Amino acid sequence: MFNKILIANRGEIACRVIRTAHLLGIRCVAIYSEADAKAMHVAMADEAVCVGPAASKDSYLKMDTILEVAKQTGAQAIHPGYGFLSENATFVQKCQDAGVVFIGPPAPAIVAMGSKSAAKRIMEDAGVPLVPGYHGEDQDPAVLRKHSDAMGYPVLLKATAGGGGKGMRVVWSADEFTSALEAAKREAMNGFGDDTMLVEKYLTKPRHVEIQVFCDQHGNSVYLAERDCSVQRRHQKVVEEAPAPGMSPELRKAMGEAAVRAAEAIGYEGAGTVEFLLDEDGSFYFMEMNTRLQVEHPVTELITGQDLVEWQLKVASGQPLPISQDEVQINGHAVEVRIYAEDPENDFLPATGKLEYLRTPEENRFVRVDTGVREGDEVSIYYDPMIAKLIVWDENRDRAMQRMSQALTEYRIAGMKTNTHFLKRLIDNSAFRAAELDTGFIEKHEAELFSNQGGSHGANPLALAALYTLLKQAQERAVEAERSRDTTSPWHLFTGWRMNETPHLPIRFKVGEEEKTVQVNWIEQGYRLEIDGHILIANGKLNDDRLQASLNGHSRNAFVAELNGHVTLFTDQGAFECQWLRPDLDSHDFEEEGGSLTAPMNGSIVAVLVEAGQQVKKGTALVIMEAMKMEHTITAASDGTVTEVFYRAGDLVAGGADLLAFEAAEA
Amino acid sequence: MAVIKSKINTRSDEFLNNTGNMKRLVQDLRDKLAQIKLGGGEAAQKKHLDRGKLLPRERINTLLDEGAPFLELSQLAALDVYSDNVPSAGIITGIGRVSGQECMIIANDATTKGGTYYPLTVKKHLRAQEIAEKNHLPCVYLVDSGGANLPNQDDVFPDRDHFGRIFYNQANMSAKGIPQIAVVMGSCTAGGAYVPAMADESIIVRQQGTIFLAGPPLVKAATGEVISAEDLGGADVHCKVSGVADHYAMNDQHALQIARKCVSRLNPHKQVTLDVQPSRPPLYDPEEIYGIVSEDLRKPYDVREVIARMVDGSEFDEFKQLYGTTLVTGFARLHGYPVGIIANNGVLFSEAALKGAHFIELCAQRGIPLVFLQNITGFMVGGKYESEGIAKNGAKMVMAVACAKVPKFTVLIGGSFGAGNYGMCGRAYDPTMMWMWPNARISVMGGEQAAGVLAQVKRDNMERKGETWAAEDEAAFKKPIVDQYEHQGHPYYASARLWDDGVIDPAQTRDALGLAISAALNAPAKDTRFGVFRM
Repeated sequence: MFNKILIANRGEIACRVIRTAHLLGIRCVAIYSEADAKAMHVAMADEAVCVGPAASKDSYLKMDTILEVAKQTGAQAIHPGYGFLSENATFVQKCQDAGVVFIGPPAPAIVAMGSKSAAKRIMEDAGVPLVPGYHGEDQDPAVLRKHSDAMGYPVLLKATAGGGGKGMRVVWSADEFTSALEAAKREAMNGFGDDTMLVEKYLTKPRHVEIQVFCDQHGNSVYLAERDCSVQRRHQKVVEEAPAPGMSPELRKAMGEAAVRAAEAIGYEGAGTVEFLLDEDGSFYFMEMNTRLQVEHPVTELITGQDLVEWQLKVASGQPLPISQDEVQINGHAVEVRIYAEDPENDFLPATGKLEYLRTPEENRFVRVDTGVREGDEVSIYYDPMIAKLIVWDENRDRAMQRMSQALTEYRIAGMKTNTHFLKRLIDNSAFRAAELDTGFIEKHEAELFSNQGGSHGANPLALAALYTLLKQAQERAVEAERSRDTTSPWHLFTGWRMNETPHLPIRFKVGEEEKTVQVNWIEQGYRLEIDGHILIANGKLNDDRLQASLNGHSRNAFVAELNGHVTLFTDQGAFECQWLRPDLDSHDFEEEGGSLTAPMNGSIVAVLVEAGQQVKKGTALVIMEAMKMEHTITAASDGTVTEVFYRAGDLVAGGADLLAFEAAEA
Repeated sequence: MAVIKSKINTRSDEFLNNTGNMKRLVQDLRDKLAQIKLGGGEAAQKKHLDRGKLLPRERINTLLDEGAPFLELSQLAALDVYSDNVPSAGIITGIGRVSGQECMIIANDATTKGGTYYPLTVKKHLRAQEIAEKNHLPCVYLVDSGGANLPNQDDVFPDRDHFGRIFYNQANMSAKGIPQIAVVMGSCTAGGAYVPAMADESIIVRQQGTIFLAGPPLVKAATGEVISAEDLGGADVHCKVSGVADHYAMNDQHALQIARKCVSRLNPHKQVTLDVQPSRPPLYDPEEIYGIVSEDLRKPYDVREVIARMVDGSEFDEFKQLYGTTLVTGFARLHGYPVGIIANNGVLFSEAALKGAHFIELCAQRGIPLVFLQNITGFMVGGKYESEGIAKNGAKMVMAVACAKVPKFTVLIGGSFGAGNYGMCGRAYDPTMMWMWPNARISVMGGEQAAGVLAQVKRDNMERKGETWAAEDEAAFKKPIVDQYEHQGHPYYASARLWDDGVIDPAQTRDALGLAISAALNAPAKDTRFGVFRM
């Protein structure tokens, strides 16, 4: 076994690897970019070396620098995590040349699976079932089109070099084909520098079921059951669970053996995942093989009781697989969700910012949190905005989901938009609970899953928010009193005292786009709140972030995070957000409202499609931005004239920056 | 400290009866004020709001720290005084906490007669400034006024305590380092223009506030120049060209936010020189005062029962408890502040007056604020008392009260008649703050006594002429006199004319006093020098 390894990654996976390595007595060298100097993985490692500026291509992807660090620090092996260099055959080769063990498959295996078309040919030869499709080298759009027409729509366009949903388009009918192909090619070119496309028959109600395989250097291979990752959005996994609901031992065996055949066909070594589409009739088709440890590996760990990182380390150091296929046991049910900094209400637009407030559920034998950030850390534009993976286990699926639902309410994040509320709705969704899974699940259940379509919050969250602001202000006054030169002065009281009048105070909030006023009266029992004509008697205590509230005699607990009036309330119903409109926080700009178009988030300008002086129609695309590896098109909100353009292609812009000046045409 | 042990039976008929009566009086006061708070009425308020302006009370609420107290002054000013209805005399004044600092806030109500100054508007404005000056409270003027009320110009313009005094006060307060901040939220015409112009810092709301010596109609009449109000004296002119205003606000909220910022930069230096302890509520509910005090002022009760419901922990250390027992004097704490309390418990005899003078000297010497609980029919009369020198003994107490320079607070909790009013720090003796309870009465003597005196004079005349006076005739003679005294001695009548700073709910007295004491501590402590006491 190694005594020192280098982890060529960051975030949760770097932390995850360090944890197991430390358990095995292996010392860890972390690498980090300038932006990550204070990151959690740096703090956890035994040694850490800066490898360059924030951008991944200048740091985490710098192969020679990383190998140099490995040599300097005496690391015997490199764990690549996932992403970054994990499936980079060149890097694997360089490691080998430098005499450092790459913890992963050999380079030829990566190469074999790296091209999707090539991979499919190998699979076909190995007798692994494939979805009908065209994987040819002739990339003439007319040829692609001809094959698509022959297969019948819908078809799926995919970049052969791609992954993670980029450079991928579903084409529902022949007339969409050309535009979809162009978009997919552009994304592929931007993303991978290669716009070679393949076309496949698109299954309309398929499930995404993948098999975890493991191979050692001694010719042993096992499959560690499957994971169901059907719930996806934009082809990115949202919920992963193991075992797959409704999976029969026979089907598991068939799929598992096919997966092992696939791995053996390419001389695989280490951890790998073979992804299949599982059709309603039980037939399954090879999609691709991921030649790395997957993000969702923990669900497999929880049902098999194995530590896959430990397996990786053992296999890479030449040891045989710890157990044989017969010894693989499946116990209970595990589920994982990926907690992201993103806005589900706004097309999952990635979010960035500081994790001003972060509380995680308590970890125990049922609940596991894999994360690479702590409170106060930044989610930056440079890297994937995943905050954590939340994984739970229980005896069966129902109980696991119940536990997940609870754990999600205990995952409290403020400071940026996250998907926790969306995930909770998803986990609580009755169709999801009934395991009516397919890859179109989110689109199908959109109405129930997105809160702005699922009805508004009742009065209670706002009452809790109001109670919080009242208790908070009372505390602020008490602190001020303590610091003042007139400590007992009744002027410090937060009771709204008025002569010959029952004191009252309006508290204004913005909930979504709606402004709400809570009328407060101070009464003997606490506060009398009036919200939309409802009366609630509220009182309670606030200890830091913990709000012990009583509303109409019903006591309940909540947690509150507040930043500059932005209140996030965490209750067992999930998170509720509102803006507390404190008078002193109102901003009054001297500029007239509107008149310009702003960047929705930090990112870079891909293209400016208009020039100063140009007249445009409502909806015209003006600027294309790239942020968080996604393209965002900024369009004209009305007819008008572009009066000035402030950026050029390639410029970096901060979220909220004016991109161009726009004068709306007179109506 | 000695704790007052209440002997009140809160289930007695008398207690319940009194409670009912006082509740009715307090409710009547609240109802009256609710009416008054509508200002110039719904139509005028709507017009005001439609212009994007906040109502004056909303302006004050926005200016104040959220949920902080506001000690409003003279709420009943001008009530039933003029043939016009001028609620609150068209101006709202009071002490409020802005950015952590107690400030005097003076806000015109433009919905009431355009915010013009009636004689009592002037008096109320000047009284607020007087309190500010005395207590070193920064002044924030929320200006929205058409200036002097022209039909009443003779009672508004020429005299010493008329309109011009406002600016005199601004100048002299500024000279004393008492900040003057004006927020121009409407017109500031003619004399009114001097409020922002004389201010240390001024804020103006664009397309809403105007400052000029003469408005467009007068300019046109005088010089023929045709110019809009905005071009003549709007925010753009004054912030960008003339320099009459310092801060440019987009709207009322913004202006008030700037005002809050201005106050936060005053670098205040309140020094509390009192020995302060943590504040504790009284052992007894202040609202029980309702059941102790009878509507019939002749019904005696032990004033210690009232004190027990006002002071911290109901703790009261009496001074000369066994001497001059019709006056109760002693030390207590109110919201943590040490106070000397002087309370009537019957008619004043020589001993009581001497005791009072002595106690005032003690408090003045020690710098302890004084609280007078006034319920007094007067000094004792009669040959015995005159011959033992009640006049000079009463004079000693008046001397002590007049000269004591510690903060003085007077609450009329019952009758305030005759020279008793002087000895117990009536309005003429410059109490820092003075309030009346709704059951109180104030006049030179009681209505019955006045009618009795006048009837006696008349009877003597008639008897000298050998005439007789039938009992019913005498009663008919006395009735209008009693009625007049009752009418003019009523708290509403008194408060409408600013003989006090407001009529207050007895249950709120403790808090009002605490707020007033704390506000008074903004001024540095002063030494007292007494005049010649006649021995």
